[in-house]
Amino acid sequence: MTVSKFPILTVQDLSVVFPDNNGGLNALDDVSFEVCPQEFICFLGPSGSGKTTLLRILAGLLRPTEGQVHFVRSQQPKIGMVFQQSNLMPWRTVMDNIKLPLELEGMGESKARVRAQEMIELVGLQGFEDNWPRDLSGGMAQRVALARALIHDPDLLLLDEPFGSLDAITRERMWTELSRIWQARQPVTDGPGKTVIMVTHSINESLFLADRVLVLTQRPGRVKLDLKVDLPRPRKEDIRYTPHFGKLARKLREAIE
Amino acid sequence: MTSPTLRNLPRVASKNRHWLGLGSLLLGLFCWWLAARVSGLPAFILPSPSDVWTRFIKALLDGSLFVHTGVTLLEILLGLGTGVFLATVLGYLVAKSRALERALSPYLVASQAVPLVAIAPLLVIWFGPGMFSKMLICALIVFFPVLVNTVVGVRAVPPALHDLMRSLRASRREILIKLEVPAALPVFLGGLRIGATLSVIGAVVGELVGADSGLGFLINVGRGQYDTALVFVAVFTLIALALMLYGFVILLEKKFLNWQER
Repeated sequence: MTVSKFPILTVQDLSVVFPDNNGGLNALDDVSFEVCPQEFICFLGPSGSGKTTLLRILAGLLRPTEGQVHFVRSQQPKIGMVFQQSNLMPWRTVMDNIKLPLELEGMGESKARVRAQEMIELVGLQGFEDNWPRDLSGGMAQRVALARALIHDPDLLLLDEPFGSLDAITRERMWTELSRIWQARQPVTDGPGKTVIMVTHSINESLFLADRVLVLTQRPGRVKLDLKVDLPRPRKEDIRYTPHFGKLARKLREAIE
Repeated sequence: MTSPTLRNLPRVASKNRHWLGLGSLLLGLFCWWLAARVSGLPAFILPSPSDVWTRFIKALLDGSLFVHTGVTLLEILLGLGTGVFLATVLGYLVAKSRALERALSPYLVASQAVPLVAIAPLLVIWFGPGMFSKMLICALIVFFPVLVNTVVGVRAVPPALHDLMRSLRASRREILIKLEVPAALPVFLGGLRIGATLSVIGAVVGELVGADSGLGFLINVGRGQYDTALVFVAVFTLIALALMLYGFVILLEKKFLNWQER
């Protein structure tokens, strides 16, 4: 993957203080980083390191107490977001859930359906178009959520521990799926590509998926390590057993503690 | 393969349940007939099913049943419509604003503490014996359950879905139509189900207090003339109205909540 050198997103001196009874809870402290187009970056940290808070700021759901978030392309980037729970609307079928972002953009019904059908095929859910979310397994529901997050070609794909609620086997299968889908959605020429920011507390997950892993410290969250993951792509599941993977994992582990 | 026989099990059971309902109805009718017969009470105290049937046909043919049912139904529909509309709008606003809830809750609770039956005469004095006072009583009785359920329904919208809509830059109107309305609908329809049956009570209470038409008026007439069979006819018609309204809400639930597990 060729990563452009010019950042698409710059975050400067970000601090978040949640008001409480004794002087406020410091969730993030002086966090700064840059993200390049088409980069897949991962924030790794224990719970309470402000990972989700960071994503909520990037999604425009929360205002930082201090600091700046600057998107190069536009003031309000298009966001695709996948949450810890699939967060599907139970009253919408798989098809209708996936095309929600297009509806909100005002795209015509028939065009939206065609696009949604493409996404359904990309995430391998053919035949489930008219099913209700209640009929889906956890892994399937998360695929729907992923399709919904990608359908409107977002500038920024934000993943908040998207596989945290899945069992270990499904989770590892979803890693391969996600990197396949992410690469399938990259433009052939050097244009605006899918930039992904993911938060997780799994070292394996971050190394398997990301180009760069940023380790956040426990409350207040600070960037402690910015590690480039120079593992070749596409990554297969057995990459975890290579010595280089082990070396990187050890660095991350040491940074967390 | 054992699954086909297993699949048949619930179907057989539900068929049986249908027969049970009809059977118990017939048994009740028989007991009534027997009681009227054995007790030897005069028809102005306990008319037999056949007396009531004859009276029903008579009221049907002279058109009076039709007129009075129409009046009551109109009162119910107007009252229910007004009550549901106001309760939904206010319920939504209360759900969205804690301040408004604080400001209104004393009135809302007080309105529930006062039995409506007790203030129905007041409303009839103020607004006359016509249709408006009945509509008002009806709307008032419907108001509270629909309001409470609207508030509960709108508050129960998962915050994560709000986050989703906001991350997609949805407008307030889109959030209302695509998220809050469908998410609150199950609880709202539960309130409407209660409201629909209560609305019948509201209209009749108003008519009993003072009216010159309607099924409640018919009950008063029947009582005054010792035409007890007519009272029965009016009561059964009211039951039919309540069942019809209830059935209509069930129909709405079947249509709009087909995504829910049975």
